[in-house]
Amino acid sequence: MTETTKKTGVSRRTLLKSTAGLAGLAAGSGAITGFPYVMSAEPKVLRYLGTAVNEGDDISKQCLKDTGIKIEYITATTDDVTKRVMTQPNSFDVLDTEYFSLKKIVPSGNILALDSRKIKEFDNITPVFTKGQTPGGKKIGGQGTAPWKVLYLEGKDSKKFATSATEFVTLIPTVYNADTLGVRPDLIKRPISSWAELLNPEFKGKASILNIPSIGIMDAAMVVEASGKYKYADKGNMTKEEIDLTMKVMIEAKKAGQFRAFWKDFNESVNLMASGETVIQSMWSPAVTKVRSMGIACTFQPLKEGYRSWASGFCVSKGVSGAKLEWAYEFVNWFLAGYAGAYLNRQGYYSAVLSTAKAHMEPYEWAYWMEGKAAEKDIKAPDGSLLEKAGAVRDGGSYEDRMGGVACWNAVMDENDYMVRKWNEFIAA
Amino acid sequence: MDTSEDILQQASPDLVRGSGTARAAKAARLSPSFVSWLQAGPMMLVFLAFFLIPLVFVVIVSFWDYNEYQLLPAFSGRGYTDTFEGCIAQLPDLCTIAKTYLKTLKLCFLVWAITLFIGFWVAYFLAFHVKSRTWQMGLSLLCTIPFWTSNVIRMIAWIPLLGRNGLVNSGLVKTGAINQPLEWLLFSEFSVVLALVHLFTFFMVVPIFNSMVRIDKSLIEAAYDAGAAGFQTLVNVIIPLAKPGIVIGSIFVITIVMGDFITIGVMGGQQIAAAGKIIETRVNALQFPAAAANAVILLVITFLIITMMSRIVDIKKEL
Repeated sequence: MTETTKKTGVSRRTLLKSTAGLAGLAAGSGAITGFPYVMSAEPKVLRYLGTAVNEGDDISKQCLKDTGIKIEYITATTDDVTKRVMTQPNSFDVLDTEYFSLKKIVPSGNILALDSRKIKEFDNITPVFTKGQTPGGKKIGGQGTAPWKVLYLEGKDSKKFATSATEFVTLIPTVYNADTLGVRPDLIKRPISSWAELLNPEFKGKASILNIPSIGIMDAAMVVEASGKYKYADKGNMTKEEIDLTMKVMIEAKKAGQFRAFWKDFNESVNLMASGETVIQSMWSPAVTKVRSMGIACTFQPLKEGYRSWASGFCVSKGVSGAKLEWAYEFVNWFLAGYAGAYLNRQGYYSAVLSTAKAHMEPYEWAYWMEGKAAEKDIKAPDGSLLEKAGAVRDGGSYEDRMGGVACWNAVMDENDYMVRKWNEFIAA
Repeated sequence: MDTSEDILQQASPDLVRGSGTARAAKAARLSPSFVSWLQAGPMMLVFLAFFLIPLVFVVIVSFWDYNEYQLLPAFSGRGYTDTFEGCIAQLPDLCTIAKTYLKTLKLCFLVWAITLFIGFWVAYFLAFHVKSRTWQMGLSLLCTIPFWTSNVIRMIAWIPLLGRNGLVNSGLVKTGAINQPLEWLLFSEFSVVLALVHLFTFFMVVPIFNSMVRIDKSLIEAAYDAGAAGFQTLVNVIIPLAKPGIVIGSIFVITIVMGDFITIGVMGGQQIAAAGKIIETRVNALQFPAAAANAVILLVITFLIITMMSRIVDIKKEL
């Protein structure tokens, strides 16, 4: 009895001390010296900056259980994550960001490339990232900031992307997906097969795109190309003339009242679609699933022109070194070891290391999410809620079909500044 | 005694001087202007640290150059020239910045006019029709209830109400008043103005009410005795005396609406241009000097509006 009480006392004190230690860490003081007791009790804490995609209480809890590393999420929008890396590089340890932001982040010198030799599963990372092809050998479209173009740096402190594999990896791949249009089949009542439908006057006042200029313009480019107006050399890196041309099409559509609203976050896109404000819009896979789980018909429509894809991964802040850097490696290795990958796959995203994720999923789950087969049993979300009834087939089919159908990747253009100015013109039109 | 003296001293050091207590004697030894500076000091310091210095930085940065990932501290007018791009070349078509400001000013004017109208009559009711102090207090507190939730929630609450399949539309369709749902109820200028009026009318009510309760009731009686009709009393007595409140309320509303981008964004479906939105887009693209330049332009325009308004009423004198 006495012992238990004592134990509780100690653990509470440890908690208090470790909280104090945390405050110290947050203040940027790093290791706390002069307090041997606290040193020994120093918790393994990593401040994790990222968008909400990869974050989840389940993931951080499991990570703490498996590795003893406590993850403190700092959640922000894609734009704000980049902003934070540029302006407050000491405010985080691990960075989870998208490959397209590397064109801004790497030259700033605020991040540290990770050593691929220390990543256990690096050789098992899907060839989507390393070779630009699916495991089945399908070539993937490389327009925009495709991950394999920016995966390696020339040297440890280099700011140049290497053309061939080196051990200095900008972002260790974690998650990616192929995005397309979400549609409400119950309201449209006819098959949709092309990006051109987004600007079809039939859906006047019922269409939407993403309100992130660099991504919104690529959706627009898919439409322009699909309607046969123009063929881009690289949709992810347009010339000024191409930007003008694309924006002209968009402005005409906006003036004609084509768009209901633009969305910026997950929930906005779900609400627009679920409430029937829009019937066709660019969307993310889990958002479509969410609408469907509300009992509303929604399809993540595969289109003949292909998907617009995105990918994200991990790196660390340049301020991270010593023990903390080792924890970061430990955390990244844990992330690729399967639990997190399975978790992401069950949401409709894709994990970077397929083999480990597969080992953490039931065969019927793998068959539904990755092989495009009809669900043998009810498909459940990571939190246990019902996503699809038995018999359902994933929109777009298998991993091979979906990733193999990617046409372009989210990007930052060389003419980004001009594009942003044109976007403001588009909003003002 | 001590505290009331402190208050007195804050209100006017001259009043306290010579009142005989040791404290006042001490204050009297210091020169009055020094005491005034001392009293204004803390506020001045806060102002300096959190307003003036950051503002100076914004102005400096607005003249810097930039690339995709950093600020280049070299003089450049690029933030400004880019902003006014096409303003002469595109004539007679309006350039982006002119269109944006016209839209912002239009929204600002509508919101100002409506909040003023509603705010004035709410304040009028509270000040002249509610006789008991307790009720006046109680009812003004009632006006603050919406402020107990965040303004994002108050704004988003409109969406299910005004949507295509929202309560208003389905109600109207059911009663047979319309056949098709009204599209302009949501993600339109209408919904933006509605949400802004809802959010900011209170900022109009408080200062106007404050001015009105300080109107000497005998003035109104005198007007009545002199044979003025109700309307004449309103125009010739109440409105002139409530002017400071009207101007202060207007300054609140105009400065907030000029810089708003969240409400305009959410309620306008991100499709309506606003001065604040240009800044947001620029900041998100990490183009800080361009964002700063736009912020300076917004500040100058807002400042001009405020100056014009304080020309109409000398607030310092009226207070």
